[in-house]
Amino acid sequence: MNAYVGTPTSRVDGRAKVTGAAKYAGEFPADGLVHGFVVEATIPRGRIARLDTSAALQVKGVLDVLTHANRPPLAGNDEAWKDEVAPEKGSPFRPLYDDTIKFNGQPIALVVAEEWETAKFAATLVRVEYEPHGFATDLEGERGSAVEFDKPHEPRGDAAGALARAAVRHEADYVIPTEHHNPMELFATTAVWDGDGKLTVYDKTQGVQNVHKFLCGVFDKKPDDIRVVSPYVGGAFGSGLRPQYQVVLATLGALALKRSVRLVLTRQQMYGLGYRPMTIERVALGAKTDGALDAVTHEAIAVTSRYEDFARNDTGWAEQLYSSPNSRFSHKLVQLDVSTPCDMRAPGAASGVCALECAMDELAVALKLDPVELRLKCYSDRDQSENLPYTSKQLRECYARGADAFGWSKRNPAPRSMRDGKELVGWGMATGVWEALQMPVAVRIVLTSNGHAEVSCAASDIGTGTYTIVAQVAADALGLPIENISVKLADSSLPQAPVEGGSWMAASSAHAVLAAAEEVRKELLSLASKMHRSPLADAELTDTVLVDGTIARTNDNSRAVSIADAMRHGNIERIAKEKLNQFDEDKKHARNTHSAVFAEVKVDEELGVIRVSRIVSAVAAGRILNTKTGRSQVMGGVVWGIGMALHEGTVMDHRFGRIMNPNIAEYHIPVNADVRDIDVIFVDEPDAHINKLGIKGLGEIGVVGVPAAIANAVYHATGKRIRRFPITLDKLLD
Amino acid sequence: MAQASHQMPERIPVNLVVNGTNRDLDLAPWTTLLDALRDHLGMTGTKKGCDHGQCGACTVLVDGRRVNSCLTLAVMKDGAEITTIEGLAEDATLHPLQQAFIDHDAFQCGYCTPGQICSAAGLLAEGHAKDADEIRELMSGNLCRCGAYPNIVAAIQQAMGRP
Amino acid sequence: MNNFHYSRAADVADAIRLLAADPDAKLIAGGTNLIDLMKENVERPSGLIDISRLPLRKLEETADGSLRIGALVPNSDLAYHPLIEQRYPLLASAILAGASAQLRNMASVGGNLMQRTRCAYFYDTATPCNKRNPGSGCSAIDGLNRNHAILGTSPSCIATNPSDMSVALAALGALVHVAGPSGERTIALADFHRLPGDKPHLDTNLGTGEIIIAIELPPLGFAQNYSYLKIRDRLSYAFALVSVAAALELEGNAISQARIALGGVAHKPWRSLEAEAALRGQAATADHFSHAADLLLAGATARAHNGFKIELARRAIVRTLTQAANATPQSQAHKKIA
Repeated sequence: MNAYVGTPTSRVDGRAKVTGAAKYAGEFPADGLVHGFVVEATIPRGRIARLDTSAALQVKGVLDVLTHANRPPLAGNDEAWKDEVAPEKGSPFRPLYDDTIKFNGQPIALVVAEEWETAKFAATLVRVEYEPHGFATDLEGERGSAVEFDKPHEPRGDAAGALARAAVRHEADYVIPTEHHNPMELFATTAVWDGDGKLTVYDKTQGVQNVHKFLCGVFDKKPDDIRVVSPYVGGAFGSGLRPQYQVVLATLGALALKRSVRLVLTRQQMYGLGYRPMTIERVALGAKTDGALDAVTHEAIAVTSRYEDFARNDTGWAEQLYSSPNSRFSHKLVQLDVSTPCDMRAPGAASGVCALECAMDELAVALKLDPVELRLKCYSDRDQSENLPYTSKQLRECYARGADAFGWSKRNPAPRSMRDGKELVGWGMATGVWEALQMPVAVRIVLTSNGHAEVSCAASDIGTGTYTIVAQVAADALGLPIENISVKLADSSLPQAPVEGGSWMAASSAHAVLAAAEEVRKELLSLASKMHRSPLADAELTDTVLVDGTIARTNDNSRAVSIADAMRHGNIERIAKEKLNQFDEDKKHARNTHSAVFAEVKVDEELGVIRVSRIVSAVAAGRILNTKTGRSQVMGGVVWGIGMALHEGTVMDHRFGRIMNPNIAEYHIPVNADVRDIDVIFVDEPDAHINKLGIKGLGEIGVVGVPAAIANAVYHATGKRIRRFPITLDKLLD
Repeated sequence: MAQASHQMPERIPVNLVVNGTNRDLDLAPWTTLLDALRDHLGMTGTKKGCDHGQCGACTVLVDGRRVNSCLTLAVMKDGAEITTIEGLAEDATLHPLQQAFIDHDAFQCGYCTPGQICSAAGLLAEGHAKDADEIRELMSGNLCRCGAYPNIVAAIQQAMGRP
Repeated sequence: MNNFHYSRAADVADAIRLLAADPDAKLIAGGTNLIDLMKENVERPSGLIDISRLPLRKLEETADGSLRIGALVPNSDLAYHPLIEQRYPLLASAILAGASAQLRNMASVGGNLMQRTRCAYFYDTATPCNKRNPGSGCSAIDGLNRNHAILGTSPSCIATNPSDMSVALAALGALVHVAGPSGERTIALADFHRLPGDKPHLDTNLGTGEIIIAIELPPLGFAQNYSYLKIRDRLSYAFALVSVAAALELEGNAISQARIALGGVAHKPWRSLEAEAALRGQAATADHFSHAADLLLAGATARAHNGFKIELARRAIVRTLTQAANATPQSQAHKKIA
């Protein structure tokens, strides 16, 4: 079964996307559709003293203005508002629930009108008076009020003592700013009124079943009353893991008006959703003179809201990755008057590993060791935090292959030693690491006698390529050409899937396809084996395979029965099988993906202008299902890393508690001209333990390590160590 | 605020030739070409990514030139020929850029893709991009958050018939 | 967007009449900046007067060797026009350094001159801003001012002008032809944009009811020794932190004429006649360029976050003048800085 898996198969949804046929959440038509527009709070904390909607209501075409005072009922208990990704601690935000203002940009009214422009105009006529309260939005200013999140892992050994005794030590703060996902698609929901209190909700989300359960809870609906659909998602990167407020408001509007409502947030309003929290990462490393690490400590201090404690694993990577007998880790939170942060591509790792890998580079400089050499000195074949072997770990090979492709051996270790005319040339490297997670997923396969199969599952494809890999795995498992496979995803009425995130969907969905395909094969065998003089009469299921439109003996494909014949014999037109795949729990192994990232920057010596001229990313992530889309995913992660290193940062004026670059003109993400050569190498990493196909997932690993590799390259080029991201040119001028 | 400002603006008849088809619309003066296409004509292939000319997702060709439809008032384009992503393919045959985007995996989520392709069509017609650097620069008005830029450049090079 | 009425001007005189009839209306051509600001509720005109179809799209060489550019010529057409590429490549380069290909296709020359600042407080209607709401105060002076002006500021406003094209036009000594209720007049580009003073809500000296009809470039185009260098936070499609337009006339290695204009540092394209005079007759050397930079930046004042601009501008001036002197103008596509 290997015609498609592992090949550079083009995206099966490619044609829909290049012709404009692919429909996203805010694009589904409905009879009598009306449009919403959100009015936002302009203060960070307080309460609404007065909300005057009369002028807005006078505008011709305005149907209603919903506020906390006149809205239909919403659930009053936190449990209903806690979606499957919600932080454990806290009380999720409830839009239009009451008069409390918790953050700037909070929705406080929903104008609904016949046309979008009318709603947008009328929204400017809603008059608000506030009773403002004192507030704080500055993490660095409030650093002193940081509180330990949860219980930290038990320290190993005596980190403080080992640091004090270390022959060479390095300790510094690295500051990662708040970053916003800025998917290209605006957050949008089209809530289609199906009559009788029933709704079909087209939502921009990474998890239709998460949204479905959430809406049923929030609006006290039965599961059959609401269906959530999201066939195409225009990027999300974590911002669509939790149900966002627009899905609540669109649904609220539809229930209030008994009409279909579309609500599309503006780019500016999306800065009131989640974000990667600003974090101060304090890393200390102590080493022996030969480079062996003796102590690692990592303390993260991150932003959260006042109403939920959001924290991700920033420090665990330092705990796990390198061999060190002494270590201590802590994660602290500062509650501020902002919205709750959320997962953003490689949450925790993108920030935490950035700090760790910059610190490792600084340690290498102090030790006068090559940065790759240092990492090999500290290389660990076991997960240091759990003291477990990995299911597979080809990081050593990543270093070797990446260094070779990059030409690392030609590096002059001295900063400012390499140049190209007026530009200083810097070469830097870093390690990347992420988890290889897998979740229960169910898949339904409907095989028809003409040799076509429909494969369906509630999972989302947020650009990650789920449609394509599901089709590939199904084509192989069913022995059919990929053209004969149609894939249906992201409908809450389809078989169970978790949110698409954490890089778990490739392995999870692929194995669910295998499991369902096996059920199909079982049924086919049962039909085929009963045929007169069947070549499969005495075959066991394990002896059979689906190939070329037949069910055949594995060891002799000529002894086969065609799918059409088997079904005709059984007098059926189709076989429909659904199977939930669960992975065996394996507590004896650690499961991770790794990468070695090598970056070249060219920095204009006088002007500080930085160009990332090339990046090599060597990735060990088990078996790669699709080398074309997989390469793209890692490449995209690298582009994110370029943004983190050089461009991205949400800027807030703490006098107003307002974000001052809530757009994509001044919140800079890389443009085409910022990105040059990116070489993605997939290191061969057979993995017999992790799962049947040896898959680990690629969504996050691409970004991890990249910002540090670039920062380290900037240091190598200029001799300047910038620990406050992004590295803008002004920081290189003095 | 004066009562007058609460009145809806007058409707203005607007004729657009969209992908070769005459379309007659009655639009408020504030309706952008983007909203006219998406909301009034139901042609959602053209995307709204920022609504402020900062991302390029809304790029269409107006009289053969690439523009941001989000910053274009539809009334001002009365009589103009508009080409959108829906108008690039000839029946079942994809435009060479569309095929090249598939071949080179020049997109992931697909949301910026119609704008990228229309922008690339404008770029080819302009004829100013002769090497990869010039393609990168002249495609920098089209943001791609999935980070497909190198593949986008490769796809455009394929469509240009250049290595 | 606020409610507004729309009218289409039949000719220039009609546009002037329509504008006189409704002083709160605005002219619209490309719309790239005005529509953006209307969507932000920063601009709330009572009406839009569409001038995009007026016959102001010609490039004409005049008898004295100047070039007259119609106000509605799109930025991209201007940048790629053979007369501009050959005679005024500095202008072509500056235009191509700005915005995106799409926006340049839309934006008119006249509209580019009318671009308003990118100051974040000007855009955020929930914060005080003297430019948007006279008398409300300037949030930038003690706020986030990394992108703000270092020259010609006032206690009322430290916003910058975001145009690239205007910087090159300032260096080239362009003239702006305007028409209004009392006839036509000409404004030197240097006098077209204002410093904020105590009236930061006024960006330009365009009179009430006036319309830009053309821009005139004097015969001297500095086609041999010029460069436009734009420094920004990413390599394309971003507003300038600092930009420099430099143009030299050389006799051997001696400078006979020098023009330098700065973008991103002031409320208007910044020139110093003193700096330019100081270069005249001097050898084209780094020392002299550095002295000119000092004169250009005389009186520059830093706020909390924009102090780097002074040193950045100093280095960029020297670099751009060097590029100009060496006849190695900065490419806008090839990002290595010459």
